[in-house]
Amino acid sequence: MSITIENLTHIYNEGSPYQTNALEDVNIEIKSGEFIGLIGHTGSGKSTLIQHINGLLKPDKGKIIVEGMDITRKDVKMTQVRKKVGLVFQYPEHQLFEETVYKDIAFGPKNVGLDSEEIDNRVKEAMNLVKLPFEELKERSPFELSGGQQRRVAIAGVLAMKPDILILDEPTAGLDPRGRDEIFEQIRLLHQKYKNTIILVSHSMEDIAKLTDRIIVMHEGKVLLTGETKAVFRESKRLEAIGLGVPQITKLMGILADKNIPLARDILTVEDAKIEILKWLRGKKNA
Amino acid sequence: MLKDITIGQHYPTGSVVHKLDPRTKIIAVFVFIITLFLVDNFMAYGFVAVFVLLCIMISKIPMKYIIKGLKPLTFIILFTLMINSFMIAGEIIISIGPLSITKEGLYQGSFMAVRLIMLVIGTSLLTLTTSPITLTDGIESLLNPLKKIGVPAHELAMMMTIALRFIPTLLEETDKIMKAQMARGADFESGSLIKRSKSLVPLLVPLFTSAFRRADDLAMAMEARCYRGGEGRTRMKQLKYYKRDFVAIVIVVSMFAILYFS
Ligand SMILES: Nc1ncnc2c1ncn2[C@@H]1O[C@H](COP(=O)(O)OP(=O)(O)OP(=O)(O)O)[C@@H](O)[C@H]1O
Ligand SMILES: [Mg+2]
Repeated sequence: MSITIENLTHIYNEGSPYQTNALEDVNIEIKSGEFIGLIGHTGSGKSTLIQHINGLLKPDKGKIIVEGMDITRKDVKMTQVRKKVGLVFQYPEHQLFEETVYKDIAFGPKNVGLDSEEIDNRVKEAMNLVKLPFEELKERSPFELSGGQQRRVAIAGVLAMKPDILILDEPTAGLDPRGRDEIFEQIRLLHQKYKNTIILVSHSMEDIAKLTDRIIVMHEGKVLLTGETKAVFRESKRLEAIGLGVPQITKLMGILADKNIPLARDILTVEDAKIEILKWLRGKKNA
Repeated sequence: MLKDITIGQHYPTGSVVHKLDPRTKIIAVFVFIITLFLVDNFMAYGFVAVFVLLCIMISKIPMKYIIKGLKPLTFIILFTLMINSFMIAGEIIISIGPLSITKEGLYQGSFMAVRLIMLVIGTSLLTLTTSPITLTDGIESLLNPLKKIGVPAHELAMMMTIALRFIPTLLEETDKIMKAQMARGADFESGSLIKRSKSLVPLLVPLFTSAFRRADDLAMAMEARCYRGGEGRTRMKQLKYYKRDFVAIVIVVSMFAILYFS
């Protein structure tokens, strides 16, 4: 599903001394099936931006069009929008409330009016996606689980709604590396299988580099830069100027290239770097 | 919805009113409240209103902001006005079915409504111009003499500081959890009363768990920094009266003395 954002402006606490212009004249175009990375330093307006896409925040100015429908119009049914656009908040485990894991994950599907058989399927599938053993955990209280497991339950709660657009706000902050890789791997598979549109907010340039097709860089409430992942990470100077960076491996390849070693600069993963370096070494041997 | 609540909020502008000692302002508000309940004619209320307006102007807080703070109370104010107009017997002005508005009722009703509005504006002016920390410092200092008869002044003040400190945090948290549940299709706004109260469960459970978690964290953090009550505690900012405090008190007290005795 495509998303178009036009001239979006959002001001918190307008007219009070705590006024913050969180978003200023933001224009974004996201095509159906894209995997977008949204980066920007703390307070640049990322969370504010994504909350507009499922209608949780209303713009002070501008339009948000999801699949041809302007969701800022008054007559739009919000449940319809939220069925299409799933949003996983920062620290989603704080929203758990049900007695059992099963019921908590079923909350979303129930709200959009699915029957119990379909709900059952969805809960199973969602728990499977986030690698939670269904039989073992379904009757447990979510509050007895570890922080990482709670996070998975919360993410499963949104995945169970099968949204066409999935937005994840730092879904793996505070998880161990293994947990982080598992969740991202599942999200990648999900994207491959359903070709859904995904927006991922993250401070980890490595994860962004590994997963996304395109990046949107936010800075002080404005879009500073957008483009294909590789192209954006080529602009390491500009990213560093606003307190961001490029993946470690990209940086390393850049340094090597500076030393006149004929290697490509736009390498994003260790895997690709290995291939590139081996290619160069073999070339040297043959010469 | 939640962002309209301004009670207990601080609005710094650096005006003279802000700079007054918190004790001065607390005493002034007390005098103000007592006066509100003692005076009994519209003339006097007119003077009080002018006085309040002047205070607002000096404090440089936008009028719009003060009025916004009254909004959540519209219902209570209207309710007071209606109850009084309908319930008090006297000369009938208009009859609507079995109900009738009386002249005395209307008079009494508007009287109460004005009193209520003044009360809210006066007290919110105190919290708007005083940061919560200074406010509780002031209360503690004023309660100090009562320590002798066993009033735990410091503990009371600390409890208030913490409560005030956490009002915005809890509002923010409520907002966040509400949004998170709405993102999962929860509906807090429509349906019957029973359905709506049921829909509060997904909001209240996380809110309470997080409040307890915060309380736990805070207690731990205070222990870790060796907090053990008020005994022998010193403070960075000492309260001190200046000339402007005497001037303010004299103005307030004489103003209301004149009103009351004339
Ligand atoms: N509910 C709110 N009320 C008032 N101001 C807010 C609110 N939420 C965010 N802001 C302000 O809006 C700006 C953008 O915040 P936002 O949460 O969108 O940033 P972010 O890019 O998500 O940051 P982070 O990476 O830390 O999550 C910040 O200056 C923040 O202080
Ligand atoms: Mg954020």
